[in-house]
Amino acid sequence: MGVAPLLDLEDLNVHYGAIWALKGINLTVGEGEIVSLIGANGAGKSTTLRAISGVIKASSGGISFQGEDITKVPAHDVVKMGIAQVPEGRRVFANLSVLENLELGAYIRKDTKGIKQDLDDVLDRFPRLQERIGQVAGTLSGGEQQMLAIGRALMTRPKLMLLDEPSMGLAPLLVKEIFSIIEEINQEGTTILLVEQNARMALQVASRAYVLETGRIVLDGPAKELAQNEDVKKAYLGG
Amino acid sequence: MQKKHLSVLIICLALGALFAIVQVGISNGMISGYWVTNLFLMGINIILAASLNLINGFTGEFSLGHAGFMAVGAYAGGVITTNLGLPFPLAIVVGMLAAAVAGVLVGLPTLRLRGDYLAIATLGFGEIVRVVLMNIDYVGGASGLKDIPDVVNWPIIFVSVVLSLLLIKNFVRSSHGRACLAVRENDLAAQMMGVNITYYKVLAFVVGAALAGLAGVLYAHYYTIIQPKEFSFLLTFDVLVMVMVGGLGSLTGSVVGAVLLTTASAFLQAIPELRMVIYALLLIISAIFRPQGLLGEKEVTLRTFQKLGGVFNATSGSKQTQ
Repeated sequence: MGVAPLLDLEDLNVHYGAIWALKGINLTVGEGEIVSLIGANGAGKSTTLRAISGVIKASSGGISFQGEDITKVPAHDVVKMGIAQVPEGRRVFANLSVLENLELGAYIRKDTKGIKQDLDDVLDRFPRLQERIGQVAGTLSGGEQQMLAIGRALMTRPKLMLLDEPSMGLAPLLVKEIFSIIEEINQEGTTILLVEQNARMALQVASRAYVLETGRIVLDGPAKELAQNEDVKKAYLGG
Repeated sequence: MQKKHLSVLIICLALGALFAIVQVGISNGMISGYWVTNLFLMGINIILAASLNLINGFTGEFSLGHAGFMAVGAYAGGVITTNLGLPFPLAIVVGMLAAAVAGVLVGLPTLRLRGDYLAIATLGFGEIVRVVLMNIDYVGGASGLKDIPDVVNWPIIFVSVVLSLLLIKNFVRSSHGRACLAVRENDLAAQMMGVNITYYKVLAFVVGAALAGLAGVLYAHYYTIIQPKEFSFLLTFDVLVMVMVGGLGSLTGSVVGAVLLTTASAFLQAIPELRMVIYALLLIISAIFRPQGLLGEKEVTLRTFQKLGGVFNATSGSKQTQ
C-alpha cells in the first residue's frame, strides 16, 4: 500500500502470565477500510483488540496509530486519540439509562454542541434506542444492547472503531441488521476493525481479512479471495 | 431558572428552620442532654454514612476501612488541639488531610482488588490503624487521648453535615460522579469510554476518607476522649448498615439510614439486654423485605414531596435537591 496505514501492528506479542496469546502479529488497517479478523475460540482475536485499545499490555512489538506509537498509551488516553472499542458481550452500563449510557460515551468530549448533534445522529440511526431512551440498559434485549454499545462507541466520535463479536448471541435477522449498520458507519467515514466468529458475514462486509490461529496470523488477503480459499471454506465456512 | 431559585430558597428555609428549632431547643433545655448527644451523633453518622456510600455505593468499591479513616482523622485532629494546643479549625484541616493521605495509601495498592478481597484488605487496614494507635504513647496508648477541648456545638455539627452532603451531591452529579458510576457498572467499558479508572477509584477513596476524617475530628472534640478500641470494625459495620438500610447509591438514603438507626439505637438504650437483638432483627427484616435499602438508588427530592402531598401545587417542578 502506498499510503501509510491508519493502524499498524508490528510483531505484536502478548502474554497472559505464562500463556503466550499473541505470537508476533503483523496487521495493518488503512483509512476507510473494513478489516475483519476471523478465527476460532481462543485464537487471540479479542486479545488483539484489547492490546490495541490498551486494556492489556503488549509484551513486545509495536502498535502505531496515525503514525504515532501507542503501544504504551493507557486505555483511557487511547480513546482520546480516536480509537473506540465495542467490547465483546456489549458491556453496557446495566443500571444506567440508555441516555446515560450514550452520555458516558461522550465522557472525553467537551464540545456540547457536537455531543448534542452526535446524540441526535445516534438516535436517528437507532430508533429503537430513541423509544427506550429512559429505560435501564440492563432491561434491553441483546440486539438493542448491541446497538447501544455501538451507539456509545460512536459518541466518542472515533476515527477507528474496534468491534468485538457484534453478532454474538443475536438472531440471524438482527445479525444482518447490525452488519448493515456497520457498513453504514464505515461509509460515513469511520474505519473499522472487526473481530468475528461469524466468518461468512465478516468476509462479506470486509475489504480485507486476516485469519488467526492460536496466536498467529496464518492467512491474509482481500476478503473475497479468502472466502474462496479452500482451507478457509473448510475451517470457517462449513465446507 | 426561576423554579430552580425557588427550590433553593425552599431548601434553605427548611434547613434554617431545622437549625433554629434545634438551637432554641438546646439552649432552653427542651431537648434533654441525652437527645442532644444523640443528635450530635446522628450528624456524625450522616457524614460517615454518606462518605462510605460514595466509595461503596457510587463507585462500587466495597470498603470496610471507614473506622480506620475516622480514627486517623480523630487522632490527627486531637493531637493538633490537645498535644500542640493549636486552634480547632486547623484540627479539621489536618484531620481531613491525614485521612485523605490514608485514603491514597490504602486506595493505591488495593486498586486491583475487587469485591470481598478489597473488603478484607480494607478491614485489615482498619485493624492496623487501631493496633498502631494503641501502641503510640504520644496519643495515650490503649487508654486513649484525653482532655481534648470540648468545642463542638450544634452550629459546627450542622454546618459540617450540610457542607459534606453538598460536596458529595455535587461530586456525584458532576462528570466525576458519572465516571465513578461507570466504574461501578463496568470498569472495562468505563476504560473504553476514556475513564481513567485508577484515578477515580483512588479519588473516591480519598474524598470518602477525608470526610470520615472530618467525622472523626468532630467526634473527638465532642466526646473529649477517644480510645483506639472505639474505632474497631464494629463501627465500620454500624455505618455500613446505615448505608445498606438507606440504599446503596442513594445519598438521601444514607441520611435516612443514619437518622433511623441512630434513633433506634438511642431508644433501645433503655433495654440494653435486648438492644442488639432488636437491632439485628430490624436488619434481618429490612434485608428480607427491602434488600436494596429503603430508597434503593432513588433520591428524595422536592419533587418527591410534591408528588406525595401536592404541597407545591405542581407549579414548581424542580430537580434541585438530591
